[in-house]
Formats: sequence, structure tokens, C-alpha cells
Amino acid sequence: MRVEDIMRKTVITVNPTTPIGEALLLLRANRIRHLPVIERDILVGIVSDRDLRDALPSRLIVHDDDETVLQKPVADIMKKHAITAHPLDFIEDAALQIYEHKIGSLPIVEGNRLVGMITESDLFSSLIELFGVNRPSSHIEVQVDDRVGMLAEVSQIFREAHVNVSSVIVYPCKKANKKNLVFRVQTIDPRAVMQLLTDKGFTVIGPTEGEVFL
Amino acid sequence: MSRNARLIYSPDYTQYYFNDDHPFNQRRLLLTHDLMSSFGILTESDILAPRLATDEELTLVHDPRYIQFVRDQGHSEKELPQAGSYGLGTEDVPCFANMHESAALIVGGTLNAVDAVMKGQSQHAFNPAGGLHHAFSGRASGFCIYNDCSVAIAYIRKHWNARVLYIDTDAHHGDGVQWSFYDDPNVLTISMHETGKYLFPGTGNTTERGDGSGYGYSINVPLDAFTEDDSFLDIYQELVSKLVKGFKPDVILTQNGCDAHAYDPLTHLSCTMKIYQEIPRLAHRLAHEYCDGRWIAVGGGGYDIWRVVPRAWTLLWSEMSDQPLSDQPLPKEWLERWQPQSELPLPPRLFDEGFPAIPRRAEITEKNRLTLERAIMYGPTGTENSSK
Repeated sequence: MRVEDIMRKTVITVNPTTPIGEALLLLRANRIRHLPVIERDILVGIVSDRDLRDALPSRLIVHDDDETVLQKPVADIMKKHAITAHPLDFIEDAALQIYEHKIGSLPIVEGNRLVGMITESDLFSSLIELFGVNRPSSHIEVQVDDRVGMLAEVSQIFREAHVNVSSVIVYPCKKANKKNLVFRVQTIDPRAVMQLLTDKGFTVIGPTEGEVFL
Repeated sequence: MSRNARLIYSPDYTQYYFNDDHPFNQRRLLLTHDLMSSFGILTESDILAPRLATDEELTLVHDPRYIQFVRDQGHSEKELPQAGSYGLGTEDVPCFANMHESAALIVGGTLNAVDAVMKGQSQHAFNPAGGLHHAFSGRASGFCIYNDCSVAIAYIRKHWNARVLYIDTDAHHGDGVQWSFYDDPNVLTISMHETGKYLFPGTGNTTERGDGSGYGYSINVPLDAFTEDDSFLDIYQELVSKLVKGFKPDVILTQNGCDAHAYDPLTHLSCTMKIYQEIPRLAHRLAHEYCDGRWIAVGGGGYDIWRVVPRAWTLLWSEMSDQPLSDQPLPKEWLERWQPQSELPLPPRLFDEGFPAIPRRAEITEKNRLTLERAIMYGPTGTENSSK
């Protein structure tokens, strides 16, 4: 999945000359936290809600120049050299950038031209989609040996059972030399596929804490 | 003899039939109808026949293209190429002949139940074939082709502009109904189900609360696997009593899937027949207290068609028609008629006994209490309304 698939293309922006007060109103009205600063489509900086709040007069101490602060241009406080990504970047790389730099959003640029924006919550919503939890499905978790071909073997069983898989996650297991495969499958009745998995000697992890008496 | 309740029933309901190996089997309705009759609590005058829902009625919820496709597919020998994109032709919802007509008959049954109640013919009505709560506007899901619950609610909204309380106690989340009315503050959907951690459809978290002006009007209580009667009923009674008080509905629609029973092969809850007496009992009482008696019940899930469904829905009808049944042996003729066809021994009595306790009971009970608190935090409970 690429950044261009999930980025917002309509971006609320300001110019370097936009007054700080106006930028604040934009943030509040649109319930956003970041404003790219552009000059004729070219990205020249970014201001966050925190930058703006830092620039604000104190609520506790009244100064003579309080009003003038709100009139100052955002150019005075914006961060130049914003961290950016490209529309063709993979979303996992964008996620890594956001995580490593501890930032909340990434302006997306082609050359220097601003073409979109992604935020933490856009990435979260993609993550939910990748996990497949937003579509009707059952969860099947299989513990397998950590060696070549296990995913293929297990997948083959889903094929035999005619069960459509909507997402797969491979994650490490606490036990040495094991891995957990988590599938979300489009069926309300996973009994057949679970039986097949068990018959082939795989460990299916289910809600087993308790007794079933049938 | 005229009663306050009607049963919507026809043996034609069994035409909603996927295949011999499929867990969803409306043959359970024949067993249920026969058990009610054998107990002597059902007579011909109690029964209303279902009708076919019209396209116009189905369109209240469903995409006209989807309806047309279901009809075409049901009249086609071969599986049509677009079937998969409509959620059809899958292991869950295989295609079968005349699928439109048999699914529309179930919806029409629920609409007849609505008409009987909303037009004052009877105070309550029960369509055991209904409760197909997983179907979406343009897609079949989880054994369900058309969503009779959603269509019925939309129909009530359109013709009577009434506030509808929907209570879903199926072990699976009532996702189709929830998403149909997610932004509507005049429809309060309550779903109590086994947690979606493992179980289909995976949704039904407490945090799914509705959207826009409908925020707070979708309530979800995902119960821990292996929840037993006492915890189930404790949560149900507190949840429903509080919400009905705050919401003040004009009519109650209950989805009475009975797959939370320990015998059910698809789920992991550990309840007994007791809850299928208590669930309708409270709904019945609240309908009289808040809605001049207006209560429509539909069936739903229930995949132990021999040992669970007939008893559960007989108990529902006995409650609805004011003919209480206490624990007693099942009628001999019923057992004799059906035992030869069932692989498992049929239960000897109306209620269950002797299920061993779940080892984690205390932990599960506590967890469910916490879930309940979270679930109703933003819901229309009586207390919150009084402070506004």
C-alpha cells in the first residue's frame, strides 16, 4: 500500500504571511493539529498546534503586546525543513518516519510541491484495514514452527476448505522456534477449517480457558 | 380464543435452504412448531402466515441492484460471475434455487409481525424464521441474505415514525442492524454477544457507539467466552432495564438467536435454557411498561437444531402468549417423532441441569461487569437524561 492510496488530497494550508491568530482559528475550526505553510504550492514549512500555543501570550500574565502576537506572521514560528514523504512511498515507511521523528503528520510532496498529507490517525485506520477487523470475519490463530514453507502449508488448508482469507499477520511467539499466524477469514463457521488444521497436526489457538462440555 | 400474541409461521420457511451439510437449517422451525403444539400452547388461530416482502419494502434497506442479483441468481442454473462480490456463492451463503423468494418470505413474515403489532391486531408477534441480522445493504453475510430486522425497523420508522428499541441476544454481534441505523438516534440497537476476539463477525466492541446524531444509540456488550447464565442474565437485566428507561421506545424488537447455549457448535458461551426463559420475560414486561405492549420478536442463530432451538423458542412463545411453562418432561409424542432423526439424544426435559461450573467463573463475571459499565457510558440511560 502506497502513501498516495491513503493520503488526504485536500489539505488546509497557510502562507508565511498568515497571522498566527488566523492559523489558530483554522486549526480549531477544522479540528486538525498541523498546517503546512506553502508559497505558490511549494512547501516552505509547517506549524503545529504546539508551535502556535508556545507563541501565544500567557493566560495568566497580561502583557501590553498580547494583541500584536496574534498579528505576527506564521513565518516567524514555523519549522522550516519539514519532514516529508513522497506519494509513492510505502505506508510502512511513512509510519516509520512518523514514529522515529516523534511527529504527528507528514506533508506529502512531489519535488517541493505539496500534494497531500497523512497523519497518525490515517495510518491507524490503514492498520485496522490491514488487520481486517473492520469486515465480518472470524479469527483463526495457528502456532507453527519457525521454518520455511509453513505459511504456504497452512494457506493450502484454507484453500481446501474454500475459506476466503481477508488478512494474514505473522508475528513472533514467546516460545522458541515458533511463530504465530493470525488469519481473519470470511466465514461464520470456521469449524471445518479448524478441524482440517488440527488433523494436519497444527496447533490452533482458541478461547480454551475453561471447559467445553458437549 | 383470542390471545395477545401471534406466531408468524409457515412450513414454506424451510425453502430457505442452503444444503444438507449447512449449519443454518430452518428445519428447526418444524421441530419448534411441533413442540409448541405438543405442549398444547399453540392453536391454528394463533398463527398468521408470512407474505413475500415487496421490492419496495426490501429497498428500504437493500440496494436494488443487490435485490435484482439475488433474484436472477435464484432463477439461474449456474452460479453467476458477480456472486462473490455480493457475498453469495460462499461456504456461508451458497446460492440456491429461488433464493430471493424464500428470503423475501422471511422478511415478509417479520413485516406481518410488525403489522399485527403496530395496527393493534395483537400486542405481540413472533416470527421465528426472522432474525437474519448479518445481511448488509448490498451484501450477504453470515448465512443471511436479506436483513429482516433492518427492513422491519425501517418500515416502522417510515409508516409510524416510532422510536424503536432493538435488543439482540444472539451470540454473534448484530452487525447488519447496527450499521443500518448507526447514525439514527430514533433507533437504539443493543447487542449482547460473545466477544469478537475469535468469533464472527469480529465487530461489536463497546467503542462502537454510533455516529453523528446517533452517537450513544448503538450499544455493544461483548461477553467473555464461557459466560454462564448468572453473569449473562445479570448483565442483560441491568443493561436493558436502564436503557429502556432512558430511551423510552414506542416499540421493542427482539432478536432471539439461541446460540449462546453451551450446546451450540459455533460459539463458546456456556448458558443453559434458563436464559431463554428470562430474556423474553423481561422484554415482555418492559413492552407493557413502556410501549403499551408493542413487542415483536424474531428468531436468529441457533445451530443445535435438535436440543436447543425447539425448547428455546417454545419458551419464548410461552412467555409471549402468557402460557408459562415450568420445568417438565418434553412431550412423549414429540420425542418419539423426532428422536429417530436426531444423531444426538434429545433432552428429556424443558430445562437443562447438571452442567459443570466453568473454572474461570469469577474472573469472567467480573470482566463482564466492567464491559457493561463501559458499554453504557454514553448510552441513553435514565440517570444521564435526568441531569440534562
